[in-house]
Amino acid sequence: MKKPLFVKKSTFFALILIVFSGIFSPVLASDEAGHEAEPFNASEVILHHVMDDHQWHFADWLVMPLPVIVYSSEKGLDVFSSSRFYDEHHNTVEYNGYKLDHNHITLADSGKAVLDLSITKNVAMLFINAALLLFVFTSVAKGFKKNHGKAPSGLQSFFEPIILFVRDEIVKPNIGHHYERFMPYMLTLFFFILFGNLLGLLPGAGNLTGNIAVTLTLAVFTFLITNFNGNKGYWGHIFWTPGVPLPLRIVILPVEIIGIFTKPFSLMIRLFVAITAGHIVLLSLICLAFIFGSYAVGIGSSLIVLFINLIELLVAGIQAYVFTMFSSMYIGMAVADHGHDH
Amino acid sequence: MDLLTPGPGLIIWQAFIFLLLIVLLAKLAWKPILGSLKEREQSIQQALDAAEQAKKEMANLKADNEKLLREAREERDKILKVAREAANQMHDQAQADAKKTADKIIEDAKAVIQTEKNAALRDVKAQVAAFSLEVAEKLIKKNLADDKAQKELAEAYIKELKLN
Repeated sequence: MKKPLFVKKSTFFALILIVFSGIFSPVLASDEAGHEAEPFNASEVILHHVMDDHQWHFADWLVMPLPVIVYSSEKGLDVFSSSRFYDEHHNTVEYNGYKLDHNHITLADSGKAVLDLSITKNVAMLFINAALLLFVFTSVAKGFKKNHGKAPSGLQSFFEPIILFVRDEIVKPNIGHHYERFMPYMLTLFFFILFGNLLGLLPGAGNLTGNIAVTLTLAVFTFLITNFNGNKGYWGHIFWTPGVPLPLRIVILPVEIIGIFTKPFSLMIRLFVAITAGHIVLLSLICLAFIFGSYAVGIGSSLIVLFINLIELLVAGIQAYVFTMFSSMYIGMAVADHGHDH
Repeated sequence: MDLLTPGPGLIIWQAFIFLLLIVLLAKLAWKPILGSLKEREQSIQQALDAAEQAKKEMANLKADNEKLLREAREERDKILKVAREAANQMHDQAQADAKKTADKIIEDAKAVIQTEKNAALRDVKAQVAAFSLEVAEKLIKKNLADDKAQKELAEAYIKELKLN
């Protein structure tokens, strides 16, 4: 048997499952044996699931091609289906002078990268997420209009406590009395991440909030809002930290300036890692069944996957909370009325 | 490493869609939702405040009522006391007046009686004198010779008269 995976946790689980499969005499699936020539590469499968793609791979027999939108100075704007990159044997081929190599589209002759604005799997997920958010929260808003002066009902009563939680437990305590200005951003951020995390847990769904481009963009939004709203006290703290002797200021200034950037960087990394790692753990456990080629391992790992999935649901909420909370905290620091503290 | 490299296409889409989402949700969802929540909280707060105010007013009213009641009671007691005193006084006065009137009547009656008595006595004395004169005349007319016996008789009559 092969030494499994790069995730340590999975090897631990594998050991348990070896014992498990020993008790329930392993059955090797006959078709698995037929594929012996092509060894099962777990890390490739997992990364394929975790990363973005130009087509939506639900199952081997159900692949949805997605539109490719590319722009290059040489060839201008081009829109075509991603299915053009594949022949009937699922091998990648060049199309119209473009080449698809590991999800990167380049110009076939020069090898130059093009600006790839394709509706990839994650962009499609992004649309779905955005549409869902719009649908859900316009309904909630309608509920508020309909039940004006009355008790909340339906979708409204489900989301109202969450909205209140974001307002009263995350934004208000961290930003202070300027909080109302930032509520639309914070609520959008919170629910975008929450819905993205939860959608990402659905089977076949893209890993939207576990994509570093997405978390980067969200972090940049927080970064921009923080620094554009930074008041005199905030910048004064960075460039001329009060109450610190002059020689120390030489040391503190670069630290403070680096601090401006590490804050959003930590936001970006945290969400990306938490969601992607969760997906990798889940997929690794599922892959165990194929690595061992055993039904018993499959049953065992499915049970653990079920358990991890529940944890992932928790993580989905926690990460949405944490991202929003830290964003509020950073903005709160920037807009706080600095007295002569410290 | 691909996992850690943000793709520019997705960044552009994400930035665009997320910005759009913030604007749309802010306008279509967050503004009405947060507005309603705030309004509801304010109305609840107002209702609570009003209830508290009403409670306070009720307590004040009750206190006022009790005060009024107490004052009324005191007033009543005072009036009763005054009335009782007045009644007593009037009663005493009436008694005194009655007594005085009675005394006066008695006094007057006594005076009248005395006057009447004196008048009667005078009358009697006059009649007695007249009668004595008549007797004396009769005696004189009959027993003028017997001086001594006459005298004794006269004296005896007079004695009798005085005894009356």
